[in-house]
Amino acid sequence: MSMTVEALEELKEREYQWGFVTDIEADTVPPGLNEDIIRLISAKKNEPEWLLEWRLKAYRHWLTMEEPRWPNVLYPPIDYQKIIYYSAPKPKKVLASLDEVDPEMLTTFAKLGIPLEEQKRLTGVAVDAVFDSVSVATTFKEALAEKGIIFCSFSEAVQNHPELVKQYLGSVVPYSDNYYATLNSAVFTDGSFCYIPKGVRCPMELSTYFRINAENTGQFERTLIVAEEGSYVSYLEGCTAPRRDENQLHAAVVELVALDNAQIKYSTVQNWYPGDKEGRGGIYNFVTKRGKCAGVNSKISWTQVETGSAITWKYPSVLLMGDNSVGEFYSVAVTNNRQQADTGTKMIHFGKNTRSTIVSKGISAGQGQNTYRGLVKVLKSAEGARNFSQCDSLLMGDRCGAHTFPYIEVRNPTARVEHEASTSKIGEDQIFYCNQRGISTEDAVSMIVNGFCKEVFRELPMEFAVEAQKLLGISLEGSVG
Amino acid sequence: MLEIKNLHARVAEKEILRGLSLTVKPGEVHAIMGPNGSGKSTLANVLAGREAFEVTAGEVTYRGQDLLGMDPEERAREGIFMAFQYPVEIPGVSNTYFLKAAVNAIRKHRGEQELDAMDFLQLIREKAKLVKLEQSLLNRPVNEGFSGGEKKRNEIFQMAVLDPRLAILDETDSGLDIDALRIVADGVNSLRGPDRAIIVVTHYQRLLNFIVPDYVHVLVDGRIVKSGGKELALELEAKGYTWIEQDLAGAAPVRA
Repeated sequence: MSMTVEALEELKEREYQWGFVTDIEADTVPPGLNEDIIRLISAKKNEPEWLLEWRLKAYRHWLTMEEPRWPNVLYPPIDYQKIIYYSAPKPKKVLASLDEVDPEMLTTFAKLGIPLEEQKRLTGVAVDAVFDSVSVATTFKEALAEKGIIFCSFSEAVQNHPELVKQYLGSVVPYSDNYYATLNSAVFTDGSFCYIPKGVRCPMELSTYFRINAENTGQFERTLIVAEEGSYVSYLEGCTAPRRDENQLHAAVVELVALDNAQIKYSTVQNWYPGDKEGRGGIYNFVTKRGKCAGVNSKISWTQVETGSAITWKYPSVLLMGDNSVGEFYSVAVTNNRQQADTGTKMIHFGKNTRSTIVSKGISAGQGQNTYRGLVKVLKSAEGARNFSQCDSLLMGDRCGAHTFPYIEVRNPTARVEHEASTSKIGEDQIFYCNQRGISTEDAVSMIVNGFCKEVFRELPMEFAVEAQKLLGISLEGSVG
Repeated sequence: MLEIKNLHARVAEKEILRGLSLTVKPGEVHAIMGPNGSGKSTLANVLAGREAFEVTAGEVTYRGQDLLGMDPEERAREGIFMAFQYPVEIPGVSNTYFLKAAVNAIRKHRGEQELDAMDFLQLIREKAKLVKLEQSLLNRPVNEGFSGGEKKRNEIFQMAVLDPRLAILDETDSGLDIDALRIVADGVNSLRGPDRAIIVVTHYQRLLNFIVPDYVHVLVDGRIVKSGGKELALELEAKGYTWIEQDLAGAAPVRA
């Protein structure tokens, strides 16, 4: 009997490998949103007056806004008054090393495959682990500090570098930008802050792992990365979330600023809980990510592998202000079972000779719906601007859907804009060809899909690429048979 | 090695094979010839296990096992190789990566150790020479942007690497010019051996000038109607398939 139970448990685990909830005392505010809650969040975080004012301005603006209905996704209305807007592990004494971190938390990281000390030692990746909304462990700080790099939680940045936060917060995504970004501006609890000083090349990939961990807690992350003149940084963002039945809203904002000759490479592997086969549960991932190539010859590159979430609504974009600046967007989005994704990018060309590249690979399986939505806009001032876009869709089975909405607006006659698109199906003949060489159907599908995504995967840092390939395999398991 | 008895098969409700029987022993090369629509490719696909081809009657024994009960990948791992008439393209998957997955799937099945990168590279370099396959094609995606001749050479190259017990060449000569034909045939001939059987499916006698078969079978309407030595191919070339068909028509009353 107990064997059976165990076997069942094991099966359940396998369905969503990272579905577990850690038992940690949370410091939680009552559900609902009003000015008092915002004041409470701000007070708990000991924020300066200007930041509270900014939050309140955002909140008041949010009250006048309506939830967008244009995305090609369907979901029941969200009751924003049922969401808990703040939850933090209870503050304990200040920690000097990892040994002092709650062992249960460390176990959680181990389950996620992120043994911090191992990572520290072996991979040279500095990890700012955001656990729920408050950072609990930050590593490699000293090595970074030597170069003058600031890499810390957003709250710490507010305390220690208020002038930088004040200068750049909302400079790329204004508080009034869109429904979810505005909500985030009002209630964001934590996130990451990164500042690379002039002429510095960040010696390691900066990496943050996010994890939602309190029931019904909306996750409102805020990330701000500033790359000063001539600097370079590669930033990795990866996340998994525990399984649960209630829908969870994830409305993050990421702002990137690249000054003259600076480069920011931002890579994401997103694996939030996608919901079960019938579409119950799963994360609503409504994210605003935008970078500003403020300086000449600057470059911002987004690479994303989106396999999780019940609904993904996300358009990592680049404002190409500086002359000769470059924007890139490489994306793989997978929708299986009942997942829905409406994702793409916006490349807005302001500066002269600005260039942008868009490579989007959408994979639909089960009853998944995958939409690419992209905007390439060339303003009058953008003499000699160039864009190349490629949007490919791969369908598995006959109940899924792929949709493409490319918007192109060109106001300068010297601009050159190219768009290519294709839709293909994993063919029975491709699978048979692999089978005939001894390769199992499962391996064949994984091989064909990874081949399809190759142009995107090669943009990912090595260790991330491996993880992405594995994730893709897991996400599509059993979708061809 | 292979014993086919009274095989009936259909595709999309249409019966193509109607009682085909054939015995193939190790070391032998059999040519299956026949006019268009006679069931040559169907036979090749049925042996390889393609799902769209439904076996309705008969049995096939391969090395003492019931072949028809095996999945396509199982058959491949047991040493059956088919050189495709129209090899498919797999974008983004390099030829090398693809073959390594295949080689190791087969080795694993045989209880052998998987080849490491160095040994594998050495193996494919050596085999690539057999069919004069350019090294650059090894790193290109499987068949993508290959010319017709390159695709066929790639098939024989794969055969050389995978070292099958039974190879089925499905119209390997189609679309090849004489030089390419010679290269492909040379490759196949170098792979002839006492332990390996080869079935060559072809419409034309031309290929058989280069790959000289031990037996020639003529397939008409899903049955083998005539078998003989390599001379039969020459006779067919001279007289055409209508000769056999007329012959059959003439013989029909007697057979009935």
